[in-house]
This record gives sequence, structure tokens and C-alpha cells, in this order.
Amino acid sequence: MKNLFYLLYKSFLDVAPLICVIFFFQLVVIGEPFPETLKLIAGLALVIFGLFLFMRGLEMGFFPLGESMAYSFASKGNIWWLMFFAAAIGYATTIAEPALIAIANKAEVITGGRLASFSIRNAVAVGVAAGIAVGTLRIVLGHPIHYYIISGYVIVMIITIFAPGEIIGLAYDLGGVTTSTVTVPLVTALGVGLAGSISGRNPMVDGFGLIAFASLTPMITVMGYGLIVL
Amino acid sequence: MKLLYTIGMDFLVVVRDVAPVLMVVLFFQFVVLRQRLPNTKLIIIGFISTVVGLYLFLIGLDMGIFPIGEAMAEKFSHPDKWLWTIIFAFCIGYSTTMAEPALLAVAQKAEEISSGALPSFYLRNAVAVGVAIGLSLGVYRIFSGDPLWIYILAGYVVTIILTFMAPREIVPIAYDSGGVTTSTITVPLVAALGIGLASNIPGRNPLIDGFGLIAFASVFPMVSVLSYAIAIKHINRRREVK
Repeated sequence: MKNLFYLLYKSFLDVAPLICVIFFFQLVVIGEPFPETLKLIAGLALVIFGLFLFMRGLEMGFFPLGESMAYSFASKGNIWWLMFFAAAIGYATTIAEPALIAIANKAEVITGGRLASFSIRNAVAVGVAAGIAVGTLRIVLGHPIHYYIISGYVIVMIITIFAPGEIIGLAYDLGGVTTSTVTVPLVTALGVGLAGSISGRNPMVDGFGLIAFASLTPMITVMGYGLIVL
Repeated sequence: MKLLYTIGMDFLVVVRDVAPVLMVVLFFQFVVLRQRLPNTKLIIIGFISTVVGLYLFLIGLDMGIFPIGEAMAEKFSHPDKWLWTIIFAFCIGYSTTMAEPALLAVAQKAEEISSGALPSFYLRNAVAVGVAIGLSLGVYRIFSGDPLWIYILAGYVVTIILTFMAPREIVPIAYDSGGVTTSTITVPLVAALGIGLASNIPGRNPLIDGFGLIAFASVFPMVSVLSYAIAIKHINRRREVK
């Protein structure tokens, strides 16, 4: 019971900086009282309690799930299924990602339909799928991550030179928004579990990094899409 | 009524987020792997707890934080208050990142794997400072009108240089932290700020200048996390010499 209160308190601490910033800017800088204080307090309480449940659930559900699946794939020894699984997770979670849909719709409106929302979403989802698949391959092979990421950056920079100006900001942003809050813990647990179940791999050095792949490759695919359409 | 609508929309958002993951996991679990999960009951409870938690978190954001945060972002997106705008971007970047659930998940895992050598709180602080600096720079760029890619390229170059100086255990986590920072809380507020700024400053195009703030928030955490690890390494070495 005491432990439960401690965890709730920890979630409160996570949100505390945000509460301070909002109060400071509203009351001190803008100098106005909050329009709906009651709703604000109820909202903050829900945020803290939601965060608490989210973190509790990760320890019980997502982390063991990702790790045990990684272990099963490793013991099966079939790398193609593993990469297919990684790509499927990447594609399926990205195509429906709310933040991505919002931005893609906005981009379609701003360009007057020259960029189609659905095509942008597909370009991003394919990028994420390819990124996570290559990332799992890297874990299996045990290569240092920075060679992959640096080559990725170089490709991004080269395409940036050729890509139409309008797509660049969009493409750079879409790299960041692709990985949803549900995907991140599962993919992280998958990577760490995989590195833990292959002998000679260190979970710290080899297990992390899948998210990095997932945020890099969409920039390439979206700019590629822009090159074709614009 | 409006509140009910948001609550309903948030539910759809969570379902849309969770359903694809669930389908892929179930397909591979039952069709390809065909191995029983250990502690199935606990995993299901945990899964539900995470999803419900995320749902409550979203409702809370929509009720309490987003209306005020977005109104603030609009208020601060005026060129004559540029200093306050930059300070606001810094504070919002730091504080939203500290509460970002995806980052909490990765930091938690990193603390566990490093058996406490990389405390979650420190890692999250390093990331949050990176997002804060990145967003301030990004807002400055919208004011100055410099091309986006110069800043991003500079960020990449610094990241690459630091990569070769940092202990190799930190590199993958540093790269990951670039991608996880910007999700549930940060993106809506930052997008409101960027597009607001780009529409309020004459001669700026919302598509070219309004987007791109999130990119800053994804590049600079890599720099700050790598710097943090390099600093710790030097402090520890100095201690050993003494």
C-alpha cells in the first residue's frame, strides 16, 4: 500500500514541472486567473493517475510481452520472421498514428491537395517498417549503431538538397512524430529482449536504438515521396 | 457536451493506437511463434492497465492542459514578445518532456538494464534540457527566417562528433531519446506554437516555417544526452585519479 502511494507520488513528480510552467505563465506572466480552475485540477489529477497506471502496466504487460516474444523469435532462429514481425509492428502502428494523421491532413490542406494525406501516411509507415526491420537486423548482427545512423543522416542530407523546399520541414517533423506511446515500450522491450537472448550481445549496447531507426527512415521516404509528386 | 465529445474522441484515439499493435502481436503469437506466454494473466492485466492509463492521461490532457497550453502558445506567438516566446518554448519543452510517457518507458528500461548506472531521472533531465534548447533555437529560427536544414545539419554534425567521444553504451539510448521525446504531450503544444508563429510573422509560410519545430526537439536531445554521458565519464575519471 505504501509502495502504491510512492508510485503515485512519483507520477506526480513527473508532471510537477508542467504544472509549475503552466501556473507561472498564466498567473505571473500573463497575469490572469485560470478560466476553468475546476476542470484544470480534474484534468491534472487524471493525467497523474493515468501516468501511474501506464507505468504500472508496462512493468506487468508490455515489457514482459516484448521480451518473451523476442526470446521466442531468437530461439526459433528465423531472422526473416523476426524482421517481418518488426516491419509489421512498425507499419501497423504508424499508419493509424493520430499525430501523424493530424499533420498529414494539415499538409494536404496547406498544399491544396498536391500532397495526399493518405500517401504521406503510407510513405511514413513504410519508412518506419523498413527502419525497425533494419534495426533488428543490426541487433542480430551486433554492428555498432552509429555506422547505420550516420549513413542515414548522410542520405537525409543528400535528399534534402534535391527535395522541394515545401516538403523538407514536413519530412523532418514526421520523423519525430511516428513512434507512438504504445509502440515505444513494446519495441524497446523487443530490442532489449533480443539482445539479451542472443549470446555475445549486450542489451545496453545492442538492445536500444530501434526507435532511432524508426525516426530516421521516414524522413528519407517522405522526401522521396515529395521528389516524385512535387 | 463538448467534454463528452472529447472523451469519446480520446477513446477512439486509444483504440486506434492499440488495435494494430494487438493484432500484429496476436497474429505472430498464435500463428507464427505458437508458444505459450509466461504469466499470461499478468500480461493481460498489465496491458489493460497501460491502455486505461494512457486513456485517462489523454482525457486529462484534453481537459486540463491542452486548452490552456494552446491558448498560451497563441498568446506567445507574437513577434513583439520574442524574448518571452523563446523563454516559453524553453519551459514548455522541458516540462512536457519530463512528463512524456514514452520517454518514461525508455528511461525506466535503461535504468533497469544498466542496473542503476543510468538513473531514469537523470536521463530524462538530460533529454528534457535538450528538447528545451532545441525548441528555443527552433523558435529563434522562425523569427530569423534562416533555412531549417542548416540548423538540423549542424545538430547532426555535433551529434556525430560527440558519438565518437561518448562511452559506447550510451550511444543507442541517446539516439533513441531523439525519437521518443516528441509524442503525446509535446507535439500538439509545439505544433500550435510553430504554426501560430509562422502565421503571425509576415513573410513566413506555415508549411515551410511552421513545421520543423518538432525536428529541433528530436535532434537536440541526442546532443544533450551524449554531452551528459561525456561529462559523467570525465567526472568519474577525475575522481579515480584522486
